Amino acid sequence: MDDKQRNEAYNQYVKAKIPKTRAWPSLFNSFWVGGVICLIGQAINDLLKLAFPMLSQQTNWTLTLIILIFIASFLTGIGVYDQIGKFAGGGSIVPITGFSNSITSPSIEFKSEGIIYGICVKMFTIAGPVIVFGVASSMVVGFIYWIISLF
Amino acid sequence: MKIFLDYLWVFLIGGTICMIGELLIITTNITSARILVTFVLIGVFLEAIGVFDYISDFAKAGINVPIIGFGASLAKGAIGAVETHGFLGIFTGGLTATAGGIAAAIGFAFLFALIFKSHTKK
Repeated sequence: MDDKQRNEAYNQYVKAKIPKTRAWPSLFNSFWVGGVICLIGQAINDLLKLAFPMLSQQTNWTLTLIILIFIASFLTGIGVYDQIGKFAGGGSIVPITGFSNSITSPSIEFKSEGIIYGICVKMFTIAGPVIVFGVASSMVVGFIYWIISLF
Repeated sequence: MKIFLDYLWVFLIGGTICMIGELLIITTNITSARILVTFVLIGVFLEAIGVFDYISDFAKAGINVPIIGFGASLAKGAIGAVETHGFLGIFTGGLTATAGGIAAAIGFAFLFALIFKSHTKK
């Protein structure tokens, strides 16, 4: 058996072993869990609006997101968010809480490798690309607007 | 009644966006890092062409809580900063607008990583 054949056989084996997510239940779960997370966000936002009417809308949203990030980070710490993630898939990844989870989860997991090389380095395994792409693309947008503003 | 309709929209739109994410995971076996990057880029794009605010008016948390909102505020910050500070805004805008979220995510992650131990995966 040459390498190519062996690789193919191995890929077949891996494919057979990967647990199959059943499409419809997981789509449904991601829908309602994602929806509920957004509802919680909206509720926090409305409560903040009631409590601090003098805040601008943007400040209010920033505070809302910070509270959501805090909750998700805490739930990751006590191991609850990963359970939600197993159940809801995309419903737990796409909201900002998923971003928070993607930072907290590896930092806790690699804590045993030390504070610098464990927590601080592994923290950005998933969030790194998100921040890089986000910042780079916002710079592109800013540059385009700057060119337009010249004329 | 209005608040009920508002919350229904939030639920339906937020849920649909998350379901699209799950659909991408199922059909393409894409990793969660790529999902997040894709949705951030969608948010940047929606804000850049000026559509995001119209969606945000009726979708509210339905579009602001998904990471699309994070992308949109990056782009919004860059555009706003270019308008007030000119060229320098290209560099300062994006991160300034999202500083709260990023700092919170890093700070809380560091704090909770120091406090909690890893839960062994079953």
